[in-house]
This record gives sequence, structure tokens and C-alpha cells, in this order.
Amino acid sequence: MAAAATCGTGAGSTASMASEASKSNVTSFQRRGPRASGTDSGGTRLVSIAGTRPSVRNGQLLVSTGLPALDQLLGRILTVIFFFFTEEDKYNIYSPLLFKYFLAEGIISGHTLLIASAKEDPADILQELPAPLLDDNCKKELDKDVYNHKTPESNVKMKIAWRYQLSPKMEIGPVSPSRFGHYYDASKRIPQELIEASKWHGFFLPEKISSPLKVEPCSLTHGYLKLLQFIQNIIYEEGFDGSNPQKKQKNILRIGIQNLGSPLWGDDVCCTETCDNSHSLTKFLYLLRGLLRTSLSACIITMPTHLIQNKAIIARVTNLSDTVVGLESFIGSERETNPLYKDYHGLIHIRQIPRLNNLICDESDVKDLAFKLKRKLFTIEVREFLCFSLQS
Amino acid sequence: MFPELNNLLNITPDRAEQGKLTLLCDAKTDGSFLVHHFLSFYLKANCKVCFVALIQSFSHYNIVGQKLGVSLTLARERGQLVFLEGLKSSMDVFFQANEEPHPLQFLREANPGNLQPLFEFVREALKPVDNGEAVWKCPVLLVDDLSLLLSLGVGAVAVLDFVHYCRATVCWELKGNMVVLVHDSGDAKDEENDILLNGLSHQSHLILRTEGLATGFCRDVHGQLRILWRRPSQPTAQRDRSLTYQYKIQDKSVSFFAKGMSPAVL
Repeated sequence: MAAAATCGTGAGSTASMASEASKSNVTSFQRRGPRASGTDSGGTRLVSIAGTRPSVRNGQLLVSTGLPALDQLLGRILTVIFFFFTEEDKYNIYSPLLFKYFLAEGIISGHTLLIASAKEDPADILQELPAPLLDDNCKKELDKDVYNHKTPESNVKMKIAWRYQLSPKMEIGPVSPSRFGHYYDASKRIPQELIEASKWHGFFLPEKISSPLKVEPCSLTHGYLKLLQFIQNIIYEEGFDGSNPQKKQKNILRIGIQNLGSPLWGDDVCCTETCDNSHSLTKFLYLLRGLLRTSLSACIITMPTHLIQNKAIIARVTNLSDTVVGLESFIGSERETNPLYKDYHGLIHIRQIPRLNNLICDESDVKDLAFKLKRKLFTIEVREFLCFSLQS
Repeated sequence: MFPELNNLLNITPDRAEQGKLTLLCDAKTDGSFLVHHFLSFYLKANCKVCFVALIQSFSHYNIVGQKLGVSLTLARERGQLVFLEGLKSSMDVFFQANEEPHPLQFLREANPGNLQPLFEFVREALKPVDNGEAVWKCPVLLVDDLSLLLSLGVGAVAVLDFVHYCRATVCWELKGNMVVLVHDSGDAKDEENDILLNGLSHQSHLILRTEGLATGFCRDVHGQLRILWRRPSQPTAQRDRSLTYQYKIQDKSVSFFAKGMSPAVL
């Protein structure tokens, strides 16, 4: 796990509207024999699946988060079978975007989706996914935005700390659109025909849960238990765990779980500091991690950690996850009116990156990252201002 | 294993000490490279190893092990390594019927009382083979990681009891070694974890504590390693010996250097 983040950002402060994302890597599919380009018929198990790319570093299959800029920060790429765990920002505006980008990327790549929510009907969530930006439109949009952005920057050269001035701009443009990682227009909805062509499963808790009177006491909250069984069934029936290998083309299962830990799931971890079900959430995550580790799946989870009273649970959840990313929105905070932050909507904290099948991880050198939602695009940039104040 | 770390600890695979409990602790950083070190070290030292791997899969350790020169698959096949893969069996154990015993059966229980089945698994795995021939050198128990047991509902006291029973059997009776990893929750005020960490710190002969740098992220120095040699069974007036180094993790090795002496800085 990387050392503590940069100056200025109180990563653990309860006042911050931090949202965190974490992913956990799950795969145990690995290449045997020499590292060929994948055309080996003798025993290689890293088949080529749409929307994935094999990692040269650790033999993992990699998928995109739906935000190429984020892919790059998270060690180039998100490896498959991860817990992608995000804390929700306080007003729940930006982290649902990450959630939706992840799912939209799944649709574009032809992956199967599994959407679980206790709050919103998964069918409705699907309707709200962003539309993909087509290649030529994409370039035009980005050029426009980059141009608008660049002009004020060049005038403030003298105010920028030399350290930041010399570091490369992180802003990513779709320079060479590829099938790995796409760009999305947050202002438009995904076309209906793409949804209809996709394969997805929904888990809407109010529909799935039976009357509480019939429930036997168990170490897991009833909602979590049902969800776990649901996910296990899908993985088994559709062969994501390698059962029925000859049945069909291998594919990735993208799982999205919304608001995990909230009272809507029947968990009281957000309600009290010492809750009865204090282990329910972490146990669920562990079992889910085990499920994901033995199947071809990637998972994104959003969690309202700013509501969780007991900070120790957040630490435990972080240890159970592979990647943790923080989104700190400026809305409603004093930073909203701070002139230093005027170009941005919030900060991104990459809190944890996994070391999967490796001693090292691909950490980005840059830790001061801010994001902004431009008219259409969600971009991530190096925070270009001083972290100490200058006397003007 | 990392030769530089062996030098710092003054051990070699030929001259491994016996009867010791080593505590690995990480605070605000990832100390798992130490687990890989000790796993490959003891396999190279021809010890029989029982690895309770709760947090990562077999293939993860195997792939890293290959970079460090050991094959876990081979070790497992010839009986040198007994590997309990928590993640793989977790779902099966959880949904299994209550009567079937399993080392991880505490997963099924709402309030697990103790880790006796897990201890019995370890004892069975490391007990000497009856044919009288000493095929392997001393037995070693490796656990990654103990803090996870707290997340799964086991109490800190139950975990400490488990460690105590394992120490009695593995370290004292079988003259073997134990290496366990515990996370330090730091600011998060995880009381149960603190109890576990403090309890183990007092019992350990060697503590390796990795910490992130206080000043934040650095590309060339990944963290700081504090090595503390202790003599828990002897009340001693002399201070335990302690050394601090900084380290940088590379693809197949870890380099250690004195504070401020990173090659990048010099």
C-alpha cells in the first residue's frame, strides 16, 4: 500500500466528503508455458476476451474502468476480478458516475453485467448509463475542451510551483481510440439498442428479499446472503468460474453493487458505532473476494463510508479490497469557493493499488490529482496549484 | 528471499534459528513482501512449511515465489508445503452443512468461539512423519494475515489463543518457527486489532515493522523497515536491539539502505 498521500488532503478526516474506490483482484487464471501472443494451443489459459488485455507484467487479464485516465492512474490498467470499492461522496454525485462508467464499459465491451442495488431498480440504473463517444466526435470534443482549458493555464506559469510545472499533464485524450477503454458523454444516455443487445442480471433487494420472519439467524445480514447466493448462481450457471468450458466463448462478468453497507441493505454499520452486525459487511466482502478470485469477473462497489461511524471498519474493508480510490467532492465544502480550486470539482485520492502476482505495483508518481466534470467528459488532472500559500 | 534482508537479519537458509516467533507488521503500507521473503526463505531452507493464506490466492504467492526462485507447486506436490487457501474454500465452507468439520468452519458461525479446528489443521500438517526419517528440517507455520480473522468475526482473544497454542506446538514442542502478519490500523483505532498486535509484540522474538514514510509517497524509497530483536522469555535489563532501514521494492528483490542513503539521493 502506498504511503500516506500528499500535503493538504486530510484523507481520514470525517469532514471531507471523500468517496473511495477499491478494487480487488481475483483471478487465478494464469498463463502456462512461454509467453506467446496468445495463439498457443498447448495449455495457455489466457484466452482473448473482448474488452480485455493481458498484462505483460503479471499474467493477469486486464479490463478498463471506463475512464481511461483512471486506468492509467491505477497502474495502467485495472486487472480483472477486482473489488472496485468506492466510498460515496456526500451528495452522491460523482461516485455514481464511476459506477456507471464501469458498467457502460462493460456494455460496450460485450461483457455480462450484474447490477445490485437496494435503492434503485437495476433496470433504471441501466437506462442512466452514459453514451459512448464515437471516435471522431470524441476527438473534436476533447480538442475543444483542451483548448478552453489551456488558455488560462499559460497565463499563470509564474504562480505554479516548479514541481508541478515540470510534471506531465495527466489529462488523457483519446489519441488512439482502441477497443480497450472508451470515452463517454455524461450528458447523453446510452442508446437503447445497446442496452437491449447486452446481457445483464439485476438484483433489486426489495424484490429478492422475503419476509424477515422466515429468516434464520446467520452471520451475514439477510440482504448480503441473498446477494452472495445470487452472484454465486450467476457465476456458476454462466460458466464464469470455468465450469462448462466448452459451452461458449469466455466472457467477463462485471458486477456493480451500489450503496453496500447502507441501512437499505439491512446493515446497521452506518447507524451506530458498535453495531450488532459489525462483521457482516467484512465477512460478505471476504466471501465475495473468494468468489471473484475464482472466476472471470470484475466488481465495483460503492459504499457510503462517510456514514460509517466506526473507522476501524473502513480500515478493515480497505484491507479486504485491492484498489481504493477516493473522490472528494468540493460541493458544500469551503473549498468550493476557494480560488485555488475553481477549475475543479473535486480531488481524487488513489489510496491503494494492489500488488497482484507481483512484488511491485504500478504506482503513479503523481498524487495531487483533481477531477472535473466538463460539459461531457470526466477528466483527471494534476492539481496545478501550490500546496503552500504564496504572498501576492 | 531477499539476500539483503538475510544479511540484515543475520540469517541464512542453512543457519535458520529454531523455536522463534516472528511478527510482521505493516502500518500505512503493504508489508506483504516480507511474507514472500519468509515463504521462499524457509522453502529454500528445506523446512516443512504450513501456510495459512487467507488474503490472497495460491497463484499469487506462486508467481511471486517463482521470481524469488521457489516453486510452490513443486513444494506442494512433494509434501514440503501444506497450503490452506482461504479464498478458494471460503464459499464452500460457508454454505456447507454444519456437521462437516473444516479448519475454516468459523466462517459459518455468527460468533465464532475459537479457532480450534484451524489449530488442529496446523498441528496435523506439521506433525513429524512416523517413518522416523527426518526429511525436512524444522516445521514452519506462516499466516497471512491474522488481522483478517478479526474481520471475519473471530475475537482478538481467540486469535491470541490460537497463536498461543500454535507456539506451544510448533515453536516449543516441534522446535519450529512461526511467522505471522498483522496490520497496524494506526489512526483507525481498531481496538481489537490493537489488542492482537500488542499481545503478539510481547510474545515475539523478532518484529519486522514496515511503515510508510512520514513525509508521503516517494518513488525511490517505498518505506521504512524497523527490525526489533527481543527476548520475550527472559526478563532483561538490557534493551532489545533495534535497527531501522529504508527500502525500495523492485521486481524480483528488495534493496535496503540506511535512512537517507537511498541511491537516488546520493
